[in-house]
Amino acid sequence: MTGKTMSCEEFQSQLAELVGSGADVLNHPHIRDCKNNCRQLYGDLQTIAQAAKQLFPDEQPEDNLWERIESAIKKGDG
Amino acid sequence: MAQQQTVLTATTDNYPQRKRMPRTRFPKQASEGSAAQTVQEDSAAEPQDAAPEAAKPQAPLSPDAEMLARAQAGDHHAFAHLYSLHKRRIYSLCLRMVGNVAEAEDLTQEAFLQLHRKIATFRGDSAFSTWLHRLSINVVLMHLRKKGLPLMSLDEAMEPSYDDGPGRSFGAPDLSLTGSIDRLALERAVAALPAGYRLIFVLHDVEGFEHNEIAAMLDCSVGNSKSQLHKARLKLRDALRQSLRKGGKR
Repeated sequence: MTGKTMSCEEFQSQLAELVGSGADVLNHPHIRDCKNNCRQLYGDLQTIAQAAKQLFPDEQPEDNLWERIESAIKKGDG
Repeated sequence: MAQQQTVLTATTDNYPQRKRMPRTRFPKQASEGSAAQTVQEDSAAEPQDAAPEAAKPQAPLSPDAEMLARAQAGDHHAFAHLYSLHKRRIYSLCLRMVGNVAEAEDLTQEAFLQLHRKIATFRGDSAFSTWLHRLSINVVLMHLRKKGLPLMSLDEAMEPSYDDGPGRSFGAPDLSLTGSIDRLALERAVAALPAGYRLIFVLHDVEGFEHNEIAAMLDCSVGNSKSQLHKARLKLRDALRQSLRKGGKR
């Protein structure tokens, strides 16, 4: 089935594989012709994937964690 | 009340270059003698010129590599230094994977105890940070398995059919995330993901692993990894759109 005749449901059921394989989804025939939500859905998912890259570490463990580790090492757990 | 928000803009140009790991490469601890080898802080910083091996000056061991060598030799202070260098990253990884502060601390502790036991076996085949990262992921995965979480079949367990899964979108254009995502809202949404989805999302989208690497780590198919990631993103989209509606933003 070509992208032009593909329904939104069919397209979206293939989206995981399309995105995961690095296909040029924006140029997929269905996306180009879709009057519904598919382009927006794809855009949202890409926005989320991009935003995730900025979730890099800013958490710090409690100060006493090293003492716990040190104590476990001394007990022979390490 | 003016609430301070950290907004993540969606234009890709504004995003920093993807950098999976702070790549501190340590020399192989092989018989050729590590003391004369150079540590590169980042692969991007590796020398690009093709000077013949013999012509290259023998650089001294960097402070980080020296610290690693000392820790491998059993120097407790050096190990403490490695802990202070890597604790944030490992703790953050654990926290994102399990979504619970107390568990994340216990897992960070376990990861560093394993590091203490295994550090002498590190041979420098990969960056030390990568090696430690993988060791820590294994600690978390083992923990999740012990808790009885079937890492890759959560999908079926929690969502008997695809139709009950995270929202697909067939209607007319609706509220879009394009433009900005509130960082806190995203953090909250990730924390609220079911464990299996969160694991894949963190490994792929946050930590930068490829599907084939994730499949190997989790003992599942590449297709399964892609599918779980897609469903995780769909769930996050639902949660973020809900949060946008509550905030009255469009």
